[in-house]
Amino acid sequence: MTRVLLRRRIVDVTSKVLMGAATVIGVFFLFWILWTTLKYGIAGMHWDLFTKDTPPPGTDGFGLRNAFVGSLILLGVSLAIGLPIGLMGGTWLAEYGFRSRIANAVRFINDIMLSAPSIEIGLFAYAIVVAPMGHFSAFSGSVALAVLMIPIIVRTTDEMLGLVSGDMREAAIALGAPTWIVITKVTWKAARAGILTGVLIGLARITGETAPLLFTALNNQFFSKNLFRPIANIPYVIFQFALSPYSNWQQMAWAAAFITVLFVLLLSMVARWFLGKVQVPR
Amino acid sequence: MRRMRGSYSGRLLGIAVLALTTAGVCAGADSMSTLTGAGSTWVYPLVAKWAAAYQSKTGIKINYQSIGSGGGIAQIKAGTVAFGASDMPLKPEDLKAAGLIQFPTAVAGAAMSYNLPGIESAKLLLTGPVIADIYLGKIKKWNDPAIEKLNSSLKLPDMNITVVHRSDGSGTTFTFTNYLSKVSPEWAQKVGSNTSVAWPVGVGGKGSEGVASYVQRIPGSIGYVEYAYILETHGSYARMINSAGKDVSPTLQGFQDASAHVDWTRAQDFYVILTNQPGPDTWPISGCTWQILRKNAPKEENMAVMKFFDWGFENGQQMAQSISFGPLPPSTVNAIKSYWKTELGYGL
Amino acid sequence: MTGSDSALPVEMRPMSEGPGVAGGKWRLAWGDFLFHKGAALAAFLAAAALFATVIAIAYDSRFSIRAFGIWRFLASSDWNPVTQTFGAFPFIIGTLVSSAIAMVLAVPLSFGVAVFIAEVAPAWIKRPVAGAIELLAAIPSIVYGLWGLLVFAPAFAEIEPWISGHLGAIPGVGALFQGPPMGVGMLTAGIVLAIMVLPYISSIMRDAFLIVPSSLRESAYALGATTWEVAWNVVLPYARSAVIGGIFLGLGRALGETMAVTFVIGNSNSLSSSLLMPSATIPSVLANEFTEATTPLYLSSLIYLGLVLIAITLIVQFFAVLLMRRLGRREGASS
Repeated sequence: MTRVLLRRRIVDVTSKVLMGAATVIGVFFLFWILWTTLKYGIAGMHWDLFTKDTPPPGTDGFGLRNAFVGSLILLGVSLAIGLPIGLMGGTWLAEYGFRSRIANAVRFINDIMLSAPSIEIGLFAYAIVVAPMGHFSAFSGSVALAVLMIPIIVRTTDEMLGLVSGDMREAAIALGAPTWIVITKVTWKAARAGILTGVLIGLARITGETAPLLFTALNNQFFSKNLFRPIANIPYVIFQFALSPYSNWQQMAWAAAFITVLFVLLLSMVARWFLGKVQVPR
Repeated sequence: MRRMRGSYSGRLLGIAVLALTTAGVCAGADSMSTLTGAGSTWVYPLVAKWAAAYQSKTGIKINYQSIGSGGGIAQIKAGTVAFGASDMPLKPEDLKAAGLIQFPTAVAGAAMSYNLPGIESAKLLLTGPVIADIYLGKIKKWNDPAIEKLNSSLKLPDMNITVVHRSDGSGTTFTFTNYLSKVSPEWAQKVGSNTSVAWPVGVGGKGSEGVASYVQRIPGSIGYVEYAYILETHGSYARMINSAGKDVSPTLQGFQDASAHVDWTRAQDFYVILTNQPGPDTWPISGCTWQILRKNAPKEENMAVMKFFDWGFENGQQMAQSISFGPLPPSTVNAIKSYWKTELGYGL
Repeated sequence: MTGSDSALPVEMRPMSEGPGVAGGKWRLAWGDFLFHKGAALAAFLAAAALFATVIAIAYDSRFSIRAFGIWRFLASSDWNPVTQTFGAFPFIIGTLVSSAIAMVLAVPLSFGVAVFIAEVAPAWIKRPVAGAIELLAAIPSIVYGLWGLLVFAPAFAEIEPWISGHLGAIPGVGALFQGPPMGVGMLTAGIVLAIMVLPYISSIMRDAFLIVPSSLRESAYALGATTWEVAWNVVLPYARSAVIGGIFLGLGRALGETMAVTFVIGNSNSLSSSLLMPSATIPSVLANEFTEATTPLYLSSLIYLGLVLIAITLIVQFFAVLLMRRLGRREGASS
């Protein structure tokens, strides 16, 4: 008996050490990459980044204002398209479709969309938005980004709603609440950490996406906020500037990368703060 | 709405609404004086620099994006841009079939960058056929007799050559492989020239940065890089023997000489490739970028593009030189202007 | 659920408090209908996007399909833009192998991280660590690419001689670890991919673990189970479906990852038996050659490659679904 106990304890301690080690490895790589970003990015940190537009090649100076504004517009529009569709789609799967054949088919398709290479989604947006409109536009970029974000939100919403225990739902239904109220007030609420993680993962994914913007939003060396014209954006600028021979451009690329990372960090912190203010019905 | 307050759904909805309004507010009207061009990555610095100066002078925004030459050709054909740019000229018959015209912008060059312990930049001398044999995998060691013969003063190490090439399709690759095809029949037959080719050996780096970083890091490596890149990053380069048999280093003058020996005025649709041109100071791996316009585009749009490039030809020479692009000689600029008139029926 | 009625959302309080019982019911019934249909429409749109994408991509690859057919394209290793012959075989292998390496590394790591955060770590360490791991997902893939090329690959090149010296000496698998230490190649790509998908897999696993009812967990502890036993025998089975879902989400990301892989895989279009040698994946070829594809057949062949990638993910997903069904059945039989 004691031998069994000892063995169980050894397994337990070993597993804890290994899990701790796995976490340390993950955190180690995070800090390594962040350190790299910081080291290269700090050289390009300059107030002008936020107040001036991208300088032409081979010209001194810093500026990313047009790209920051453009990226925010792209993110905002794609969130406005992607969040309702993704959240509602995932909710339908978990709350109405259940395990029905059609719901499983939608899940299956959605999982494939998760893996669709982003460059092809860009091509798709090119085919349905850019080509009919006859020119590149911020809107087409947002469509591509939304298409990338939707499956992530659908999947996590579905998964997380499915894990909410039935008791609370039943309690609410017993009180006479209609299904949609139960879903929005009880189920969504119970699964909100998961859903929000999904939204954040979705946002994080599209924040740094370069490939789908190549044929849609394109880029703009000037300041523009017109949804129906090419627009400057951070991922494209990072890509273009990092591979350029000009040292101020390279610095700006790293600074932009650093700010992007900070931006997403801030996003998740704000989300957590929001969540912290809501009572957890557990 | 009041009922939703404090609920999670309300908050999510709030985020969406906020996002939408932000976007909506931002999407104000933009000035109409914006033209979009796209294509060649190589010429991007030049057009972008001209565009910035042109905007501050005239208020007209020329937004040029480097999506690659292939993309430039495809987009001008699809009519999604006002002009496309390609490092690989279109054949006159292809232009005719697609209803396009093309004209050169400026000349530039590429050079071989290498990493050999103890051998500084510009010390190494190479010829086209030797480079071709290295890239074919036939010359495997740095102390190969073919290289030693050219560099008798150097102590070449017994080291494997690691060949580095561009992995992304690029005009630089086109220019480089076009040169190799001209100087090595075997290369022309086995590999040929294009914006990407089936490389017999080597590793591929993404962009000039990718190639340069491999070369910098792997001892015994060699790769081709745009000259502007070498200049900006203080990278190493090899001297070369040009078609006149002269030992030359890459310089702006060398690239311009490559175009000087071409009679642009007589070449139909400016279809001339600048590699391996004659002349004692000519740099052998020189290239050019062509701007492509649609004949049936709105007249005002074509006129605006022509005005911009004409302004660049006249006023942008200093700017071009500052980033290692060679401006076109006046005779060529005149040829371009009369080409516009004859092809489009209107011009400057 | 404690407290008075006021703790409940308005809609759940007894109806008599509302403005008018009948009117409220009518509105709520309509709300149900609209909500249901709206959700169904959203699900339909999400699914329709795939068909639209596949149709658009299949249509755009028509030249290449006509020229090379299916088997010749899949089995040929000849990718030559000059002669305009295109075959996908090396890229298919590159895609599968790099993702396989990533999953072999990332799945155990993610599981460890998720269990650590959900079950092992003391409360004060949970949040910062969870946040840190999630932050890995916040890093744009282009940054992974640049870090991989400029920082990780040179460091890895220092370790490679050791790898080829030790692992390369093992008969059989030794062939996988041969070659000059360049720092870039299939293995590097696999490692970078593993780091990239780690947060995706672990955060879904962790969220699934956290949602496991604490009553289950506590009863197991009360019976004297160790942390590991609770994690492995109670929490994991309960959350299995989500765990597998997380793994396949990660796999999907790995298969389709473009920018980071392009920077570190070395981009060679020829096959090599060694994992230390440069290789290429379908997305990396797309990213590399797409914009410079100058002929319709070339462009169409690249899009055809994209179609193959979608087919690969379809097949992977098919097996995933099969696997989950089987697990589900066994679960049903044993209880």
